Amino acid sequence: MNQHTVSSRSTHRSDADETAHTKRAEQRTYLWGFGLALILTLIPFGLVAFGSLSAGTIYIVIGACAILQVVVHFRFFLHITLARNKREDLQLILFTVLILTIMVGGTLWILFNLYYRMMPDMLP
Amino acid sequence: MNHESHWVLGRLDWSALPFWDALQHPTTMNIVNAIIASGAGAMVILGGLIAAAALTWTKRWRWLWSEWLTSPDHKKIGIMFIVIALVMLARAVIEAVFMRLQQAVGLDGGFLTAEHFGQLFTTHGTIMVFFMAMPFLTGIINYVMPLQIGTRDLSFPVMNTISLGLTAAGAALVMVSLVLAPFSTGGWSGYPSFTESAANPGAGVDYWIWAVTLSTLSSTLTGINFAVTIYKKRAPGMTWFRLPLFTWTALCTSILMIFGMPPLTVATALLALDRYLDFHFFTADLGGNMMNYINLFWAFGHPEVYILILPAFGIFSEIFSTFSGKTLYGYTALVIATLAIAVLSFTVWLHHFFTMGQSAHINAIFGIATMLIGVPTGVKIYDWMLTMFRGRIRFSVPMIYAIGFIMLFVLGGLTGVILAVPSVDYQIHNSLFLVAHFHNMLIPGLLFGMLAGTNLWFPKAFGFRLEERWGRRAAYCWIVGFMMAFFPLYALGVLGMPRRSAAFFEPTYLPWTLIAGIGAIVILVAMLFLLLQLWVSVRDRELNRVPGGDPWDGRSLEWSVSSPPPEYNFPVIPEIHGRDAYMRQKESGGGAHPRPDDYTDITMPANTAMGAIIGMTGFLMAFGLTWYEWWLVMAAGGATLVALVARGFTRQRTRTITAAEVHRQHDTWLRELASLRPVTRAEEQSSANRGLPASPVEGAVQ
Amino acid sequence: MNSTSTRHPGLNLGHAHGEAHEASEELVFGFWVFMMSDLIIFGLLFATYITMLGGTAGGPGPHELFELKSAFIETMLLLISSFTFGMASLALKYRSDRKVLVGWLVVTLLLGLGFIAHELYDFHKMFSEGGVPSRSGFLSAFFALVPLHGLHVTGACIWLVALLGQIAVHGLDTPTKTGLMRLAILWHFLDVVWIGIFSIVYLGGIA
Repeated sequence: MNQHTVSSRSTHRSDADETAHTKRAEQRTYLWGFGLALILTLIPFGLVAFGSLSAGTIYIVIGACAILQVVVHFRFFLHITLARNKREDLQLILFTVLILTIMVGGTLWILFNLYYRMMPDMLP
Repeated sequence: MNHESHWVLGRLDWSALPFWDALQHPTTMNIVNAIIASGAGAMVILGGLIAAAALTWTKRWRWLWSEWLTSPDHKKIGIMFIVIALVMLARAVIEAVFMRLQQAVGLDGGFLTAEHFGQLFTTHGTIMVFFMAMPFLTGIINYVMPLQIGTRDLSFPVMNTISLGLTAAGAALVMVSLVLAPFSTGGWSGYPSFTESAANPGAGVDYWIWAVTLSTLSSTLTGINFAVTIYKKRAPGMTWFRLPLFTWTALCTSILMIFGMPPLTVATALLALDRYLDFHFFTADLGGNMMNYINLFWAFGHPEVYILILPAFGIFSEIFSTFSGKTLYGYTALVIATLAIAVLSFTVWLHHFFTMGQSAHINAIFGIATMLIGVPTGVKIYDWMLTMFRGRIRFSVPMIYAIGFIMLFVLGGLTGVILAVPSVDYQIHNSLFLVAHFHNMLIPGLLFGMLAGTNLWFPKAFGFRLEERWGRRAAYCWIVGFMMAFFPLYALGVLGMPRRSAAFFEPTYLPWTLIAGIGAIVILVAMLFLLLQLWVSVRDRELNRVPGGDPWDGRSLEWSVSSPPPEYNFPVIPEIHGRDAYMRQKESGGGAHPRPDDYTDITMPANTAMGAIIGMTGFLMAFGLTWYEWWLVMAAGGATLVALVARGFTRQRTRTITAAEVHRQHDTWLRELASLRPVTRAEEQSSANRGLPASPVEGAVQ
Repeated sequence: MNSTSTRHPGLNLGHAHGEAHEASEELVFGFWVFMMSDLIIFGLLFATYITMLGGTAGGPGPHELFELKSAFIETMLLLISSFTFGMASLALKYRSDRKVLVGWLVVTLLLGLGFIAHELYDFHKMFSEGGVPSRSGFLSAFFALVPLHGLHVTGACIWLVALLGQIAVHGLDTPTKTGLMRLAILWHFLDVVWIGIFSIVYLGGIA
């Protein structure tokens, strides 16, 4: 695809073949994404419904599956990759993750510290 | 929620009139306060009537609509933002004067009721932050940034009109609260549980919530618009490290807007849920926790401080370099310092509530982070001083503001470091020391920056320079007035006077509050001088015309086009070869204004009523929510949705300016340029300055 | 200008779409920035929700109110709708028959509406069990976070209907195409937020 000129309305056979090929490849991407997301959903739901692990382990598995599934969605549905020409968008997302970590992490740290010291009723 | 409401008027009734209370309980105090409040309300109505009458008299309604309100031109939108800012500045300064006078005579009483005083400091703070500072800096960035990066418009011009509409709606809501009172008494930060309906069931807090929400939405959209523009629409060759410093600060401010505004949206939305739908986020009972609000508010509030200050840093950088006739010293260091400040500003919000009750090590960490921000800021101060070093400095009005800034801002920064020490903060938090500190940052920092920027770029926008003498008088009055009004507050704070006190009972405060009161009067005089400056400048505009477009021997691209610039900014998009792009062009052999080989058709966004519509429906929705007029909320909400969907169906979104027309206009200007006499920098402030600078004197440091 | 086929994150239309591909660069990047700003809102609501977990004030908590089954059904509806929107995006990119594109979009819309209906039914049931937001800080936090996501889905559905209308009126011109691309990002993004909701709110609450 990279080398095409802007106004390509070409009807060459090879082009059509190539388009069909990339289309199939992209369809596979979505199918992979769907399958992986499905598995990463079923694992935590299954564990909570039928498992008998300790609460701590279950939380870790839920968290890990959630993070993995977010990555899967970004990779397979939103097409965010490490490719060179999309760097500024990756930068945007990584910066957002940084700010989210600061804000969410900071909030939890500050408030649970407060609860622990001053408002034990609010501890879950 | 608590009392039955009229189906049309909601809970709006006679008691909303500012003099109603005095009619019911005619004590001296009530009557004095009613006269002041009604006078303010009458001025709003009168101002509106005069404006309407003037427009009708000069038959300018159609002109206002088609040339301004529906214009997607970033330059016009920028000017409208600044007009909002100046109107709101005038109101908030008058409120400040009333507060200072109240405290000057506030021993054992004063003339304002506590309720009235509470409304004054709440509207003063809310207006200064959301409806003066934000529109002012948004307006200046709107006007200047696209010109500096060599583009014809922002990425999303229609969204820009919507941003303007939302800010205007919020400002209008605050103005309406003078006529249909009251406004909140909860301060600009609106802390619960005081602002919960249990303590404050009236319309005041709701006015505050919706005015702030409108402003927040506007700023979020603005931030996205600016950031995408700077990312995607730079002229060819305008690489990151060739951007003018003002554009860098505009970018960092937009990033802070994008990520710093959402916490406030969340905080005010949750407070609204508490008040309207009986949620329990911040209530004192049923599992609510007001510290959640304070945490969210300052997660916004601290980035906000840097949203306000960074563009001013950018403006001062341009001024120091332009009026010293030198390239900016330490450009790379300044860029890195700006970026560092932007990121660090997200890591310090806890210093606004050191006394909450968290453990000492958390306080220590946030205190250290706070002091760290002083480092990049210090780098900037040194860079600016070194830019002036050995330069040919001209003391024009922008430079006076800039030098006032650099001295006063350092003092404010030092008091900030004092406040960043948690153990000290335990002693002086919530005192006037804090008030003195943040005014010390925001008046010399933000406000001087904006006024300096106005003096700097006014000739670009309107084609004539602002008058210098009155400008200087205004600048000196600002500097002196600021020092007199706020340095005493440091002393008062250390003496233990709490902020937001309507009255006090400690005679030792009196001399200090008196000096501060006189300082406030000097600031009021400064405001009058600003008005006079504008008046005289408009009167003598023919004397001060700068058709050449470059009155200060500028360095960046905005000076390369005519004053005022054509609506498409650049007849041909320039190609950039280095920093200080226009200065480079002037020094190169090719001449300052090369004639392009050929012109092409230019596509510009077509006029749109979207901003006016969304602004109007936004205002009506907010007003309906404030007074529980649910029919109005639903009607205005529905109209908003219909307008947005209908906009999707339109296809006539652009119009074209032909190459021939561009050619003709450019030719006219080039001919005019050829007829101008170039002036040296010594003549810059005289009427010989027609906007065409002579080549620099031999041997001058460049 | 360098001729690369990707102009922005997410599925690119590609050069074959000419003007629409060019126009999408700023629009899609701008929309991403908006999504990231919105993500901060959700992030803070998650943080607030977690800090309010202890504020049940003696009222019903996660164990009494949440049902694994309905959370699972809602998760599946959204996940499948994300996949069908992906198919619609491919139909747009490879210029399949318009019926194929509209077909996938309608399926997506129905799944989205199904999600909203199921969520409303869920809330209704919680209300009837005394799980109302005015009961406690915990329930307030729940009813700020989860319905906000639902509102986003509702908004996305309205946008989808509007775009179907635009396809009917104007056909697949540049504004419709770029509109579909932005809606696709919003749709996938809402599914990502839902991962957080079912993991933290539902699974974390029930486990």
